[in-house]
Amino acid sequence: MLEIKDLRATVADKEILKGITLTVNAGEVHAVMGPNGSGKSTLAQILAGHPAYEVTGGSVTYQGENLLEMDAEVRAQRGVFLAFQYPIEIPGVSNAYFLRAAYNEIRKARGEEEVDPMSFADLMDEKMKLVEMDGAMLTRSVNMGFSGGEKKRNEILQMAVLEPKLAILDETDSGLDIDALRIVAGGVNALKRPDSATIVVTHYQRLLNYIVPDFVHVLVNGRIVRSGDKELALELEARGYDWLLDEAVA
Amino acid sequence: MIDAYLRSFEAFSRNGGAAAPEWARALRLSAITRFETLGFPTTRNEDWHFTSVAPIADAALTPLTSPSGRVEAAQLAPFLFSDDWHQLVFVNGRFDAALSRTDALPDGVRVLPLAQAYDELPILVEQHLGRIASFDAHSFTALNTAFLHDGAVIHVTADVEVAKPIHLVFVSDAAAVNGAMHPRNLIVLDRFAKATVLETYCTTARGAGAYLTNAVTEASIGDGATLTHLKLQRESAQAYHVGTFDARQGRDSHLVSFSFATGAALSRTNIYTELRGEGCGATLNGLYLGDAEQTIDHQTRIEHVEPNCYSRELYKGILDGASHGVFNGKVYVHPEAQKTDGKQTNNTLLLSEKAQIDTKPQLEIFADDVKCTHGATVGRLDETSLFYMKSRGIDARTARELLTYAFAADVLETIELAEVRDGLEAATLRRYAGRA
Ligand SMILES: Nc1ncnc2c1ncn2[C@@H]1O[C@H](COP(=O)(O)OP(=O)(O)O)[C@@H](O)[C@H]1O
Ligand SMILES: [Mg+2]
Repeated sequence: MLEIKDLRATVADKEILKGITLTVNAGEVHAVMGPNGSGKSTLAQILAGHPAYEVTGGSVTYQGENLLEMDAEVRAQRGVFLAFQYPIEIPGVSNAYFLRAAYNEIRKARGEEEVDPMSFADLMDEKMKLVEMDGAMLTRSVNMGFSGGEKKRNEILQMAVLEPKLAILDETDSGLDIDALRIVAGGVNALKRPDSATIVVTHYQRLLNYIVPDFVHVLVNGRIVRSGDKELALELEARGYDWLLDEAVA
Repeated sequence: MIDAYLRSFEAFSRNGGAAAPEWARALRLSAITRFETLGFPTTRNEDWHFTSVAPIADAALTPLTSPSGRVEAAQLAPFLFSDDWHQLVFVNGRFDAALSRTDALPDGVRVLPLAQAYDELPILVEQHLGRIASFDAHSFTALNTAFLHDGAVIHVTADVEVAKPIHLVFVSDAAAVNGAMHPRNLIVLDRFAKATVLETYCTTARGAGAYLTNAVTEASIGDGATLTHLKLQRESAQAYHVGTFDARQGRDSHLVSFSFATGAALSRTNIYTELRGEGCGATLNGLYLGDAEQTIDHQTRIEHVEPNCYSRELYKGILDGASHGVFNGKVYVHPEAQKTDGKQTNNTLLLSEKAQIDTKPQLEIFADDVKCTHGATVGRLDETSLFYMKSRGIDARTARELLTYAFAADVLETIELAEVRDGLEAATLRRYAGRA
């Protein structure tokens, strides 16, 4: 589904990704872990198409096509979804309007009919339950005045509505209490399908008790320094990242 | 160019202009004398620093003092929000009885053209007209007063609440081209009265040529009274528009003002109020939408004279093309006006490289125990928000449109009158998002 080869990228002339290689197949869950500032969000944002990052080398193939050549909206329409580490506030645009606009764009891209506000409301009722969100949040402006936890849940709500093929969750767990973490993880698990894949970016092992990864990769200083199964996450939890930092320098 | 105005004044005062009470004729005479001294303002005048009125001063515009033009009811429909509001219509500056509707006014409410008010409400008119909007330092108000002859007079007596809005419509057609109109309105709300008044400035002859609307509205808002005033400036693209609204507020009164400005080649809207009784306050909001070579200038002035008064201001603008916006918000807090609570915000969104805004908050505070804040932002569409929307599959163009509309939506949402709020939201959505 996704093949990243020797990906290098800079932001503001500073090299952040220094050759990342990673293959994700349908049905798999990959965890990307690593200390702060190692480049996890940069990788996630590049996959979503953020224009501030400059790809200086390597390739990314998604469903057999060059992902890096697609505009951000085309990637989304083809099934790529990024749950932002810091979701954006958009004053003046209601959450409901935003979700319906996005949903309809994605349906259009799939050759499906747009839905009217009534049938969309029914769909929302169902999806809101998944993330245990209150209907009042739909009439509010996108993420405006939402608590940290509400913003993260809103990201998962968007994911539930858009039903992506490749979901990238960037520290969706940070700042969540254990109840909110369960709700978010439950939502992610419920949305998993045999033909979809998930990349879970996280700093802590905690989330991986709920979203069980098939592979764990450790990103340090712009490189994947180690890959393994879920046992690696437990080892990181026990030992921290320092022993890998030394390896990265070496 | 002043000479032409002086000659017009001579002709005007000999002809139709004579049909006015003695005090009004004296007022006009002192106004033209003042205008002769002041002339048109230049950009050396602090109040006109960012806007040159040379195009108005240099144009040969003749005052339209006798009836002209013809407007059909159907042509007005796009500018009306309802067909059962009280309504006075002025065509090319002159009252048009056939297009007006005042038959359903409740007891204690008068809405009538100035000429009739001279006869039927002589004391009220003499007590207020020309006493609120000073022309001492205001050329355009002096000019308006010199050519004082038509407009609307609204009187709401004590404790009466007018349920339906009162809509004053100033419409011009092709016969107004090269003409100047000086409508003069008076709104008097007695104690605890309540009313909503709209002023619409519009045209049925887009693209026909230049004309000047130079309007002045004076408002006396009595103790405990509430006036909601909406000014909608939707003149033709070649028009010049100067509109002044000037209010005096009594104890515990409220003024809720909204200025929507989207028309005219060059426009200046002045919204002034004096908070003259304890516990009163004003909310002044507005939205300006500019494009092409338009200049859209707003000046607000709030005089906090008494203690414990509030003022709230939110002006927003969207400027495209090579348009030029100006916002000058003056707030004077007099030494006695302790516990003043004032807040002023001006946000402008620039959609093109050539669009520009001059924003000048101007707070002069002479009392020590007050809370006054102001803030101004000028910006472009937020790239991060655009990326967020695109990352959800929304195409770049739709994302831009949605964010542009959203920028205006929050100030439009402050309009309580649903028909106007919905109407302006729909018009703004059509303009920026190409759909209804
Ligand atoms: N827009 C940006 N401008 C400048 N530096 C950036 C930007 N985004 C990220 N960086 C830098 O890139 C490095 C990696 O950041 P990031 O990908 O956010 O790390 P992580 O998500 O692993 O904590 C950091 O040193 C950060 O300061
Ligand atoms: Mg990060």
